[in-house]
Amino acid sequence: MKRTASVLAVVLLAAGCSNGTSNSGGSSGNTPGVTDTEIVVGTHMPLTGPAAAGYSKIAPATKAYFDYVNANGGVNGRKITYKIMDDGYNPANTQTVVRQLVLQDKVFAILNGLGTPTHTGVLDFLKTNRVPDLFVASGSRSWNQPEKYPDTFGFNPDYTVEGKILASYVKQEHAGKKVCFLGQDDDFGRDSLAGIENILGPVTAKQSYVTSNPNVGPQMGALKAAGCQVVMLATVPGFTALSIGTAAKIGFKPAFVVSNVGSDPTTLAKSLGPAAPLLEGVVAANYLPLANDTANPWIQLYTKVNTQYNNNAELDNNVVYGMSVGYLFVQALQAAGKDLTRDKIIQAVEKGGFTGPGLVPVRFSDKDHSGYAGEQLTTIKGGQAAYFGTPFTTDDGDGAVTASTAAPAVPPANGIPAS
Amino acid sequence: MDRFLFLTFDGLSRGAVYAAFALALVLIWRAARIVNFAQGAMAVATVYAGYSVTNATGSYWLGFVVAIVGGLVLGAAVERVVMRFVDHSSPLNGVVVALGLVLIIQGVLGMIYGNEFLPAPTAFSRDAFEVGGVALLSRYDIFVFASVGAVVVLLTLLFTRTPTGLRMRAAAFAPDVSRLLGVPVGGMLTLGWALAAAVGSLAGLLVIPTELGLHPTAMDVVFISAFTAAVLGGLDSPIGAVIGGLVVGLLLSYVSGYLGATVAPMAVLILLVVVLLGRPDGLFTRARTKARAA
Amino acid sequence: MTIVRDRVATTLHALPGKRRINPILVVVVAGAIIVALTYTLPAFRTYQLATVGAYFCVTAGLTVLTGLNGQLSLGHGALMATGAYTLALWQNKFNMLIPGVIVAILVTTAVGAIIGLAAARLRGPYLAGLTLAVAVVVPSISSTFDGTFNSDQGLPVALNPPPESILVEQWQAWVCWIAALVTVLALAYLTRGRFGRDMRAVRDDETAAKLAGISVARTQVLAFVVSAACAGLGGALFAVLSQSVSPGAFPLTLSLFLLMAIVIGGLGRLVGALIGALLLVALPAIAQEIGQSAGSQRLEGNLALTFFGVVLVVVMIAAPGGLTSIRLRRTKTTRTRNELKQKGR
Repeated sequence: MKRTASVLAVVLLAAGCSNGTSNSGGSSGNTPGVTDTEIVVGTHMPLTGPAAAGYSKIAPATKAYFDYVNANGGVNGRKITYKIMDDGYNPANTQTVVRQLVLQDKVFAILNGLGTPTHTGVLDFLKTNRVPDLFVASGSRSWNQPEKYPDTFGFNPDYTVEGKILASYVKQEHAGKKVCFLGQDDDFGRDSLAGIENILGPVTAKQSYVTSNPNVGPQMGALKAAGCQVVMLATVPGFTALSIGTAAKIGFKPAFVVSNVGSDPTTLAKSLGPAAPLLEGVVAANYLPLANDTANPWIQLYTKVNTQYNNNAELDNNVVYGMSVGYLFVQALQAAGKDLTRDKIIQAVEKGGFTGPGLVPVRFSDKDHSGYAGEQLTTIKGGQAAYFGTPFTTDDGDGAVTASTAAPAVPPANGIPAS
Repeated sequence: MDRFLFLTFDGLSRGAVYAAFALALVLIWRAARIVNFAQGAMAVATVYAGYSVTNATGSYWLGFVVAIVGGLVLGAAVERVVMRFVDHSSPLNGVVVALGLVLIIQGVLGMIYGNEFLPAPTAFSRDAFEVGGVALLSRYDIFVFASVGAVVVLLTLLFTRTPTGLRMRAAAFAPDVSRLLGVPVGGMLTLGWALAAAVGSLAGLLVIPTELGLHPTAMDVVFISAFTAAVLGGLDSPIGAVIGGLVVGLLLSYVSGYLGATVAPMAVLILLVVVLLGRPDGLFTRARTKARAA
Repeated sequence: MTIVRDRVATTLHALPGKRRINPILVVVVAGAIIVALTYTLPAFRTYQLATVGAYFCVTAGLTVLTGLNGQLSLGHGALMATGAYTLALWQNKFNMLIPGVIVAILVTTAVGAIIGLAAARLRGPYLAGLTLAVAVVVPSISSTFDGTFNSDQGLPVALNPPPESILVEQWQAWVCWIAALVTVLALAYLTRGRFGRDMRAVRDDETAAKLAGISVARTQVLAFVVSAACAGLGGALFAVLSQSVSPGAFPLTLSLFLLMAIVIGGLGRLVGALIGALLLVALPAIAQEIGQSAGSQRLEGNLALTFFGVVLVVVMIAAPGGLTSIRLRRTKTTRTRNELKQKGR
């Protein structure tokens, strides 16, 4: 009994020994995570597991941009600390790490938490604790519910918008062909399919996959059996590669049209290995400058930041994405003013009007919490993605798909948004 | 019909891998009356070792050899360093220790290589040959059949035609008598573990490139399928393991193809339950070699 | 060696032998400590405390099954999932927590009875293999019937917020620990009585138990059912804690961790189940801190994994008595006979 008691005591001590610092003071009163010199924000990302391919580079890129801003004086004298937690794309882990960020690390906000199935599970928790939930890294329509989740904002164009834009292209370029769909078995796949069927009507065949079962042989076999000529994918990068590779293996060669989040050519080529030439001609879409467009001033800025603060990681579209998130967050912080509180940043984001690297505007307002308004199509040639046509915008209802006329912005000279 | 043919060949190719893996389970069961629950994790570990060598040298075959030899070494090490010291009076002990090994191996692999899926190299194209417009077999599938077939033939020869094989069988079936007759029973046990782990490594090498890639838990589901195959064939019967593996492979392929991929794991569970409750000694075990309580 | 075995034999039976301490007293004192802790610990620690309570329900039930009745289950993670999903479906429809928890327990009990019926016919590695398959396969059911269970994304769990004056985490800790203490009290009384004697008799020697008029199969199924009910309760509590359920919360490793938890604290002992539950929460957290301070993402989860594995292997090898009194097959070793003699039965 004595030994048991001492074991218990040791464990309790160990569990209690790292309680961290409690209340943070500072000019912003008792806003969690904000002091005169620091703003602590956190995120959850798949750094490991089936969805980590490509996505694991996003948060380090965002952090690198923050480090760049910090080295240039920070925002209103505060340096940004970015806590990156790995959830392995497992909704159960997301629960734990987000609680840890909010309750233990006392972050000011959750920024760019990645994934539809993962982030959906923490919406209620973040709402209860009134934590700003900014620029979720996913295109689910769930982030755009200002009445139900007033503190949550998206970043990506929503998957229905994307589905409509991709389907419009298919309708025009592959008229009369059999169009099929493979999507993730959650809101990502469902929202995407809703957009596609809004334009094309019912697809010939649809299949779904779960990230916990890394075998899409049966699904691709069924699509082949259905005689599909165009296959639209709402897949994360690992599964995009797996689907294209598996199709080739069974002698199935449809035209592939891929959701933005599963289309970074660098990531796909790495996953496919020697089969990378299969990517030629794959059509996808994007809304940020492409990493290989070295003439673009944003890419030049990001390359500089990447070299100085990101260990010169290979610059792909995930890095561009991560830095763009960082840029937008700094814009929001600037807009929220010197006396930073959680309410003020929400108000600042709802006021909207941010211009940045995007080819289309961000839509934030008090009525609309969705992110970018549309996308432009890309195709892969010689292993590199390139834009074609014009950017399109649309809504997630029955609105028409229209060409966007917004002129792209140019980054400020020092690469940091002005206050 | 095209689809049926394709699913059949795909199922046989997968089934061949399960057969090899089930064979590894049967080898250890015959030698030590233990179901090696760490088989999957051990196989993954050796495939990782092969992956490192392939990456460093650029030669798939060097990595292949390293993984197989690694299997021999790891199997012998696990027997000598761990399993030998387990009190086998209760079969539970061996199971729990094996599960502990699973956690250790997966944890250590994760620390060394990270928990990302790494692309696993293959030596042969997985593009299928088309016969009359139907994609049937790839070079890779043929490679799978050839290697599993070779293993089955070699093991049969070893056990039926060589003195070592005879000693291994004797040591497994009558350890006390064998010891009196001068058979190094402990050595035979180690050899059995080494061979089984090497066969497991081969199965890992064959199956991992067909999935998402190399990952510490890559063999968990394969283990369940192979365990089902081994039980289906009777844990004591190598031929049963091979047939069981092919049956499970075909079943999984048909179920995934016609009913959907998500139904497949359940089909395995149902098959396992039916076999365990209906004929717990397997379909291919002759009465006299039935698994008896130790 | 005999000395070791003797000690193990006594500790295994420490629970019923502890007559001098009234379980009610223990539970009341424990309850007071928990309440005090919920007022002193910071929010995240209180949440962790609640998690310990939820784990304790499961480990207590599992240690009775494996330690006292000698049946090994690798499928308790799947039983927890059953409880959690039942509660989620119930809450999203009716939103009444207490009946929901009861329904979750009942459903899991029914599932446990089915597995238990099969388990009673199986021995040794066959039982381990079957329950292992259950642990791996059951989470995949969520994608087979994605209309009901919503695949990998899982379901939200509707919950009424606690009264304003109570912190959410405090409320969670109370709910979990009330459930845990009631469970432990029930198990303590259950294992002291006739049922406990039957279970141990079946574990030690099935033939002797049969001769003494004990129905072996009935005792085994009943033991499985009891521990399934505990797992269902624990699962339901996890659903309450995370306000969501998803298959990823119940992987194979969870079932293996549960096994580790009951082995490390001494099989068949409720105190051991408590130590195990504490370690399940504390060790991953500590490993993560070490990983973070070492600046290595790879260390975080894997350190705990490796440690749990080492514990399993070392405990099983260094203290072989820990499990020797458990038998999964109809074997009759001289040792068990000796133990019986030493215990004067």
